[in-house]
Amino acid sequence: MIELFRNPNFDFIGKRKWAYIASIGFTLIALVSLAARGGLRYDIDFTGGTLIQVRFERAPAIAQIRTNLATIQLGESIIQQFGDAQEFIIRLPLAAVGSEEISRRVQGALSANDSLGKFEIRRVEFVGPQVGRELQLQALYLVLAGLIWIAIYLAFRFDMRGGVAAVIAVCHDVIVCLGGLSITNREFSLPVLAALLTIIGYSVNDTIVAYDRLRENRGKFVPKGRTFAQQMNDAVNQTLSRTILTSLTTFFSAAVLLFFGGRTLEDFAFVLFVGVITGTYSTTYVAAALVVDWTNYVEGRLRRGKKAVAKA
Amino acid sequence: MPRHLRVRIAFVLLVVAVSVWYLYPLKRALNLGLDLQGGIHLMLGVEADKHVASQTDRTAEDLKKALERKGIGVQRIAREGNSTIQVELASPQSWNDALTAVAEFSTFTRRDENQAAGRFKLVMVERQINQLRDDAVRQGLETIRNRVDQFGVAEPTITRQGADQILIQLPGIQDPARAKALIGKTALLEFKMLDEQTSVEQALAGQLPETSELLYGREIDKQTKAERKVPYVVQKRTLLTGAELTRAEVQADPNSLGNWQVAIEFTAAGTRIFGELTEQNVGKRLAIVLDGNVYSAPRINERIPSGRAVITGHFTVDDARDLAIVLRAGALPAPVVLLEERTVGPSLGADSIRQGLIAITASAVIVFVFMLVYYRLSGLIADVALGLNLLMLFAFMAAIRATLTLPGLAGIALTIGMAVDTNILIFERIREELRLGKSPRSAIEAGFRRAFRTIVDTHLTVMGTAIILLSFGTSSVKGFGVSLFIGLGASLFTAYFFTRLLFDLVYMGRRKLEQVSI
Repeated sequence: MIELFRNPNFDFIGKRKWAYIASIGFTLIALVSLAARGGLRYDIDFTGGTLIQVRFERAPAIAQIRTNLATIQLGESIIQQFGDAQEFIIRLPLAAVGSEEISRRVQGALSANDSLGKFEIRRVEFVGPQVGRELQLQALYLVLAGLIWIAIYLAFRFDMRGGVAAVIAVCHDVIVCLGGLSITNREFSLPVLAALLTIIGYSVNDTIVAYDRLRENRGKFVPKGRTFAQQMNDAVNQTLSRTILTSLTTFFSAAVLLFFGGRTLEDFAFVLFVGVITGTYSTTYVAAALVVDWTNYVEGRLRRGKKAVAKA
Repeated sequence: MPRHLRVRIAFVLLVVAVSVWYLYPLKRALNLGLDLQGGIHLMLGVEADKHVASQTDRTAEDLKKALERKGIGVQRIAREGNSTIQVELASPQSWNDALTAVAEFSTFTRRDENQAAGRFKLVMVERQINQLRDDAVRQGLETIRNRVDQFGVAEPTITRQGADQILIQLPGIQDPARAKALIGKTALLEFKMLDEQTSVEQALAGQLPETSELLYGREIDKQTKAERKVPYVVQKRTLLTGAELTRAEVQADPNSLGNWQVAIEFTAAGTRIFGELTEQNVGKRLAIVLDGNVYSAPRINERIPSGRAVITGHFTVDDARDLAIVLRAGALPAPVVLLEERTVGPSLGADSIRQGLIAITASAVIVFVFMLVYYRLSGLIADVALGLNLLMLFAFMAAIRATLTLPGLAGIALTIGMAVDTNILIFERIREELRLGKSPRSAIEAGFRRAFRTIVDTHLTVMGTAIILLSFGTSSVKGFGVSLFIGLGASLFTAYFFTRLLFDLVYMGRRKLEQVSI
């Protein structure tokens, strides 16, 4: 039988002070990157605009594409290589003319001289300003709805402290993922939103497994003198094999999508990839650690309160 | 012997049989999204208020006629906003007669009456406004469906979204630009007389009588292909519209080689009106206006009693064919605006499928091999369960005719990773119980029982987020939510029910169980 750990007994919870520093550090890095870049870079799904994906027969120079497109006067276009050297994505801001006209003009500009050779337009996406605004709002509602659902479910199944701590952990994961997007200069698109929602679900999964174990242990015999922190640490250790194994399989699935899923799925897979790592980490070091400190704080106050009463 | 073994085996076999039945034949069973098979997705917004406004205009016109018939002098009748008509009588004396006449227009109510000044307003009742808005969207949808059907697209999806949006999905279309032009055109055909009293120069200088307007025609130069706009001064009054057409067909233009024209034929009523207007206007020019563009303005040589006419305008055969289609299908009751468009070429779709399948296969292989190596015989059981899980997932998607999109494929890849979590939870628990010195039989029993509560919790939370994704309108996110939700549901079923059954068959059936391969 292959075993990762045999009765592991690492002191995870005892090291939580360091972990708090790390978590706050990661969150800050993410926030600083987001602030420095002026927020998330939204895809046209959210800003409105036109996206045209073109595949050239032979790899063109990006400068040549830019020169050709400069003539059509449709505002600042963003030209990006997409996947291999022959494929490009051209993004155009919202313009007064319709999408029909825009793709006609782009097609005209690209074939204006022979320098770019033959090409094929493989994808055209146009999102009007109204839809973009609607989607931005909806995205926000979706993430909030996800968080609220989790808070309610956990508060119902466990207790309020567990629910709140889990939601803080999930927020931590979401911020770190968004920071990752910002640092690697990726765009926030609809698939990325879907990935974030998945990570919200995934991250809380781990947390539930640990909480479940803690509750089960507390329902049975607890050795005298075992502090709440130690009990939490036991629960984390007892579920450690499962946590690592599941994280690994999910991690591999995400990695496969990231490296073999093609350029279209790359940003989506990237969020999953980062999210699986931070989700696993935050179970122990954000959710469980916070529950421990919160409980200690509440019990400490109760004890002090009792002492004060006894003195009087 | 474990309980109800036969019943459970039969049940699982039934599930497998039903799944296979839904998936056969595979090509037809799975509904590929536009991102995978190529095609266009259009979201149109219907400007339903314009329909309300045009109905208000029509009522204002009728009202004016009704008042004039009764000999009531009218100073002014004009539309205000979309649904209000301002009426100003020539003299307050006719107030009571006017009110009697107005009472016939039951879809309007009177407001802001000022008897002394002979002024009042008519406001369309809320129910009528809503009805008209709804009509605009419904008729628009019907008209577009009609056009798409005539254009010839296999399996189009044309549905209403929300109050005033129309979603159109045309899979596998070759010329998206043409399809879009065909769908989005209002196609309001109008016949109006040219205003030959006013010259174009005067009109451009702003000296335009209130009853006329400046419209443009487009001419394309044969040599340079450059487009030129030709201004026309046209009387505002519409004499006849495309609503009176019965036929519209493509013909070769006999006067200019290589050009095409559209021959139209009016209904009986249209034929009569057309006959009269040509009779009264011999020698004058008639403008044929489509969506505010002048197509041609031929001179009327004589009365045309046949109700037949042609629309010329240097059309290519495709242009002429599309024009004939929109004329036959009729005009949209209100203009539409393009809110969103997603066009995917067929070659990109094929690439996406390939990459998605590679990703799914690779992640499945990794997980399968891992489970086998780590948990041995129990791992094999988990793998078989995972196989059933995938089978059920695809079958269910086929059964509800869910659309498989690229994010959907990604969702499936992810489900594989998470579905196996259920097995890991159970197996780790069994190992733990074994370590505590329990007999294999009771370790399996306890492992399943204890892990189950956790499994339900983890599945419910993620399925909750999947439902949130499902409720999101956009198809790509929806596709992901659908496959995630179904995948997790299947995982809950297989891991607990099917894995358990296999354990019972492999281990619990034995008379003496010394050891579990886990």
